[in-house]
Amino acid sequence: MRHDIVIIGGGPAGLAAAISAREAGVEDVLILEREQELGGILNQCIHNGFGLHTFQEELTGPEYAARYIEKAQALGIPAQLGATVIDLAREDGVLTVTCVSRQAGLQCIQAGAVVLCMGCRERPRGALNIPGCRPAGIFSAGTAQRLVNREGYLPGRKVVILGSGDIGLIMARRMTLEGAQVQCVAEIQPYSGGLKRNIVQCLDDYGIPLKLSHTVVDIRGKERVEGVTIAAVDDRMQPIPGTEEDIPCDTLLLSVGLIPENELSRQIGVEISPATNGPRVNESLETSIPGVFACGNVLHVHDLVDYVSEEAEQAGRNAARAVLGQSAETGREIPLSPTGAIRYTVPATLDPARMQETLTVRFRVKETVKSGQIRVLLDGKEVLRRNRPIMAPGEMEQAVLKKEWFTGTEQTLEVWAGPREGGNTNG
Amino acid sequence: MKPYDVVVIGAGVTGAAVARELSRRKGRFVVVERSGDVGEGTSKANSAIVHAGFDALPGTLKAKMNVQGSQVMEDLARELDIPYRRNGALVTCLNPEDLPHLQELYERGLQNGVQGLRLLSGDEARAMEPNLSQRVCGALLAETSAIICPFELTLGLAESAVQNGVEFRFSTAVQGLEKTETGWRVHTSQDVLETRVVVNAAGVAAGELHNAVCDRPIHIVPRKGEYMLLDKTVGDHVSHTIFQLPGKLGKGVLVSPTVHGNLLVGPTALDVEDPEDLAVTAAGLKDLQEKAALAVDRLPLRQVITSFAGMRAHETGDDFVLEETAENFFDAAGIESPGLSSAPAIGAYLADRIAQKLSLPENPDFDPIRHAVPHLAGMSPQERAARIRENPAYGAIVCRCEQISEGEILDAIHAPLGARTLDGVKRRTRAGMGRCQAGFCSPRVMELLARELHTDLLAVRKNGPESRLVVEQIRGEDKP
Repeated sequence: MRHDIVIIGGGPAGLAAAISAREAGVEDVLILEREQELGGILNQCIHNGFGLHTFQEELTGPEYAARYIEKAQALGIPAQLGATVIDLAREDGVLTVTCVSRQAGLQCIQAGAVVLCMGCRERPRGALNIPGCRPAGIFSAGTAQRLVNREGYLPGRKVVILGSGDIGLIMARRMTLEGAQVQCVAEIQPYSGGLKRNIVQCLDDYGIPLKLSHTVVDIRGKERVEGVTIAAVDDRMQPIPGTEEDIPCDTLLLSVGLIPENELSRQIGVEISPATNGPRVNESLETSIPGVFACGNVLHVHDLVDYVSEEAEQAGRNAARAVLGQSAETGREIPLSPTGAIRYTVPATLDPARMQETLTVRFRVKETVKSGQIRVLLDGKEVLRRNRPIMAPGEMEQAVLKKEWFTGTEQTLEVWAGPREGGNTNG
Repeated sequence: MKPYDVVVIGAGVTGAAVARELSRRKGRFVVVERSGDVGEGTSKANSAIVHAGFDALPGTLKAKMNVQGSQVMEDLARELDIPYRRNGALVTCLNPEDLPHLQELYERGLQNGVQGLRLLSGDEARAMEPNLSQRVCGALLAETSAIICPFELTLGLAESAVQNGVEFRFSTAVQGLEKTETGWRVHTSQDVLETRVVVNAAGVAAGELHNAVCDRPIHIVPRKGEYMLLDKTVGDHVSHTIFQLPGKLGKGVLVSPTVHGNLLVGPTALDVEDPEDLAVTAAGLKDLQEKAALAVDRLPLRQVITSFAGMRAHETGDDFVLEETAENFFDAAGIESPGLSSAPAIGAYLADRIAQKLSLPENPDFDPIRHAVPHLAGMSPQERAARIRENPAYGAIVCRCEQISEGEILDAIHAPLGARTLDGVKRRTRAGMGRCQAGFCSPRVMELLARELHTDLLAVRKNGPESRLVVEQIRGEDKP
């Protein structure tokens, strides 16, 4: 079995990539989705706020997904559901995707190009080394979201949330609306990991305290959670003795970070960036393995699905170009250097010869920057400068590069963010 | 009703081993267990090592049982269809002043009859294990040391026993023992059992039972051990089990691959009062990190996926207690390390003595072969494809991290001692043991448990009776 483009994952990234690949002229596109329906994690995100950028509307997650699902169906793009990819390999230049499903059994599918759209998963408790017992009642925020929104069951009545990632904030509101009592959200960092609008709409509006620079230092309860102890942390994130506070609760939700799901990427030998935990990609969102593209949360964790769709459209188009033999000849790759307060950029390299008229570079800052500025320097010469009143690690930033800036002889490309004259970093 | 020949108290690895060995004879045997599953006590959280047997003092039961157990474990693992790997161990010496102790350990091993021991220089050891620290100035290589899955060993022994006619009763706590003319009357939380012989394999509770029937008391001290488990991506950081020679820097902790490809670091050792105090502590985890780093460099501690604690049943006399303590009351008490390694030998030893005492005839129908739930991720693509053709549920992946299918989970639920809880499914199939730690699969596994056991999500438990996972139905078809 062979398909021109195989899309691994039928969530927002996979759907947008499949649609744009088809629209770019590739007839034979196949989506492999491990769940029983398309849409990915959006299916459990029943709150609104999706699509503001893409559709200038406030949609719920399932509504946002439906727009893409309907479009994919209208284009006749086939999707195999309940199909889990278990292996991804490249031998003699041929990409092979191995997947299993109830209906089709074990299939080895050859692909002209593969787009990785596997999304991300939540960091579990163990990764944090939280001391204490291991009772029932400790859930990642996304698991609780599924139990409440999809299964229709309340996981607990008295809740403490550790971590202020967006899913945690959303679940603070959801649990409150479903009748649970959310005691507080503790965040070990001095800033929230989530969007400002979620802090306002999900915590402030419901009077739920956000305790910055606090963490959980003990979990009690042999069979079911009976309480947790939280404590303030110092600037090395170590608990400060004497600040412990016992909070009775039956549930601890964790929203302590998302990790791109790159097990398949690793299997095939894609180079992974330690900064993003996602593949290192070039301007075409192509990974270190030719013909393998990546987009969405598997590439780097996004805050807004709108940007996932946008990035995925780009990946799908580029995969189509590769399959159709329309990719420009490779010129010379220039590394993108994140400097100043920037933690990483996607993409990590840029080949001006293969770049489209514009290229959106997405990045995150390491610390909160107030009265900030973004600058792009080409061979040390500033080609872009943009003021930003505030940049926070929880909100993705972007800079749009133009092909016209490049002559093909450039050696260095720096993206810088930091305080402008008179501004300051905080955090 | 005809009385039992033997009531075994405790369905840990020791009780299960005794039960399986008993089932080689004809008789009426039952294992009673206070919790809801096998291996819920000491057996579920330990170092998962089949020790070579050089550590215990010559002449002790620990030495004898360990060496015998280690010798039969590979064949046993094959019979029970459970993973076993002879990866070898290195006891590292971190201080030149301690080198004479390494020599002593080597000689002790020889005395205990351990095969495949060799003393190495620090450089020779590092040549075998590139991540060993420069501090390592010598090492004892034990080629016969192996790794195993303690839960699967316990379950395998127990299911084999069931297959050969042994009964298991869970959620059945022993509340009292009464001497009768023909043996014992065992009062449990469920009912009263008449039996000829009692085996005390009650782990941390074994002291209480012993002291109830014997005026020479023993003292079982619950000794907690904390562990950290690392992701499979770093499971090959070391290939041998790396021990530290007890010395000036303390007892040390081990770093070992597991049979499932993870990396295990631990344990601490802390005597505690509450045998159910399985809380992991900040101090314990810090201790582990510092101590492990003495012997092994570049430990990827950012890859920790979970930490947990186990409880050892330490007997202050420092040896296993394996004897007929009172008439027809056999102890298997104080079974701490190397208890897992010794279990097959302890089982055989006690079953032989009991069979002799009760004149139990051979069971001609005894079948040593037991089949585990299939593990599709470990199969070749051809074999896997064939399995899915036979049963399409093997193609529906539920746990994406460990690639565990619905079919495997259904098999685990419907096995002879089937899973009844989320943890039960996890230990039998590994669903939920991967890097996301059940984030994605637990709602699916809960649904499968509810469906297969004809109950609803509200009744599904993580583990014990109070460990329910959801508290209220807020929406849905059945919701008024």
